Amino acid sequence: MEHASGDKRFKILEAHMKKHQYRHDALIEILHKAQELFGYLEDDLLLFVAYRLKLPASRVYGVATFYHFFTLKPQGKHTCVVCLGTACYVKGADKVLAAVEEKAKVKAGETTPDNQISLLTARCIGACGIAPAVVYDGVVTPRQTPETAVEHMKGWISNGH
Amino acid sequence: MVIDDLNAIAEKERAARKKIVIRCCMAAGCMSSNSEGVKKNLEQAVKDAGLSDEVEVRGVGCMKLCCEGPLVGVDPEGALYEKITPEDVVDLVNTIKGGKTKLKRGDLNHPFFKKQLSIVLANSGQIDPERIEAYIAADGYQALHHVLREMTPKEVVETMVKSGLRGRGGAGFPTGIKWGTVAKTQSQQKYVICNADEGDPGAFMDRSVLESDPHSVLEGMAIAAYAVGANQGFIYCRAEYPLAIKRLQNAIKQAKSLGLLGSGIFESPFNFNIDIRIGAGAFVCGEETALMASVEGKRGTPRPRPPFPAESGLWDSPTLINNVETFANVPPIYRNGAEWFAGIGTEKSKGTKVFALAGKINNTGLIEVPMGTPLRQIVEEMGGGAPDGRQIKAVQTGGPSGGCIPAQHLDTPVDYESLGKLGSIMGSGGMIVMDDSTKMVDVARFFMEFCMDESCGKCIPCRTGTVQMLHMLEKILDRKATARDLAKLEELCEMVKSTSLCGLGQTAPNPTLSTLRFFRNEYEELLQPDQHGPHNNGPAKK
Repeated sequence: MEHASGDKRFKILEAHMKKHQYRHDALIEILHKAQELFGYLEDDLLLFVAYRLKLPASRVYGVATFYHFFTLKPQGKHTCVVCLGTACYVKGADKVLAAVEEKAKVKAGETTPDNQISLLTARCIGACGIAPAVVYDGVVTPRQTPETAVEHMKGWISNGH
Repeated sequence: MVIDDLNAIAEKERAARKKIVIRCCMAAGCMSSNSEGVKKNLEQAVKDAGLSDEVEVRGVGCMKLCCEGPLVGVDPEGALYEKITPEDVVDLVNTIKGGKTKLKRGDLNHPFFKKQLSIVLANSGQIDPERIEAYIAADGYQALHHVLREMTPKEVVETMVKSGLRGRGGAGFPTGIKWGTVAKTQSQQKYVICNADEGDPGAFMDRSVLESDPHSVLEGMAIAAYAVGANQGFIYCRAEYPLAIKRLQNAIKQAKSLGLLGSGIFESPFNFNIDIRIGAGAFVCGEETALMASVEGKRGTPRPRPPFPAESGLWDSPTLINNVETFANVPPIYRNGAEWFAGIGTEKSKGTKVFALAGKINNTGLIEVPMGTPLRQIVEEMGGGAPDGRQIKAVQTGGPSGGCIPAQHLDTPVDYESLGKLGSIMGSGGMIVMDDSTKMVDVARFFMEFCMDESCGKCIPCRTGTVQMLHMLEKILDRKATARDLAKLEELCEMVKSTSLCGLGQTAPNPTLSTLRFFRNEYEELLQPDQHGPHNNGPAKK
């Protein structure tokens, strides 16, 4: 089935659902794919998934909002994920987070108004041997300090203006 | 696939081995410090030096001392080089020809390595996790063959009971008894699930096992499936571990193509398939009933037990759930026998345990030690104590469900019972060291905030209790609380502990209770005098 918008990404998503035989238990896998394709899960996309899997929209929305990994808001061009696992925390991740929050002028979980940077936190990325760790655009970076983190983000801010 | 084919693969792999092996860590920790670049340059440098015929550059799993990564080992010399950059490799390759180097060499005689006993991590850092041949050459899938061709499912369960293995996910339930219960339950359809939703912050043992030796988990699951009579398995892995997922997918594909998973394994009537399910960032999904809901594609909320998953689990079928490390222990038990395994560890806790050592400690990384090893040996000798000349104040085990063990109890042997007596738990194996600069009330607040965030919201004691307990802890930290507030906090902790639906709520008060038990003075120092006078300090009148 084609989505009314003609957006090709829906076709890819459709193929993925077919691969899973439209099984209800594949909902989380399909939402992973949808987020990978579209960056975030907007209402229209969730309704499309619900319709194709023959699931109530409430069930799809319920699952999408239950899991932290899924986001219903668009993300910025760059993402900065500060790990706040215990090992990172006792080694000063809270100070790293405070520094990047001040630099980006947004709080954790928010995106800058110019859509450049999304600031996120993680509960533990399992990189405790190299704590504190920060994930910049998907790249895990070891042993961060408030200074190195701010330095890293400088590139993003000046590039964006 | 018959045993001769398996042995032929192993023989071929062993025969192809080169004289010298340079092992380069390709687990997530070292890869974040560019070990991929190191490996690429190593391959080029070996070629440039004309050593391609005698030297193999091998990507391997975790080499344990994560804080010194990227790590590179050279065999048979037995050297371990630390903090290697892509620029260092020419120097490193020159050492093979007898050249001198100033590269930092790790001390393999240090207690960090010497006191380890590797069962689960035996292949970690040694074999290439992306090649099934390497696992087979390390006696892989021999145990599965032995079990399928020479043992009845009943004997497999009996061996597991005899080995004394207990669940490595945290609670320590005897694995053999769990297998026996699922095996006894009559049903056409049964499932085996591997819990790889390693959510405890500060724990990365399971991630390392999956990244370093994925086939050991698959083999363990297949043996378990034969014992209980299941034909379908699921690995529920958290989305935060992309490399582990990639290596698992690769391992499953390889095992299928060799007929070690699928139909008629080793020409027996036994069929077994494994699918991966990727989590989506919910701590509660580590709880078995919540995990099963998530595998079914639903919100990961727990349900009351009984019925236990062993009787009615995934899609109401009998289901065996064990954690990654538990499954990784299975093949060695059937290779070496239950008596061998039962000879390691303490009377009630058998075998070894893998710990992720992190926090304020000099040597961070992975260690595997026999059960019953004193905590002091782990943190002081192996871990090298706290950095910057500071003193170790406490060791946190069991993550948000565990507690803080104070320095005066460091001589406690690490086993399920001893840690339980101190109000902590073995947990899955995260061990975070805290030094004298760590404020314990803040640690309690940190874990309570975690539990509040991760509460699924299904039952009231956990949903609202964690919010209230967090408020009270914040009030104490803001120096606005009185002794009455502290008494209320303790009362609420006990209530949430005894009335919550699942393990998350039942254990959420543990970090607070254990810090109250051992560091009460830190709470009391923050309290304000009660304005109503000392007579009203007790609990409110009914």
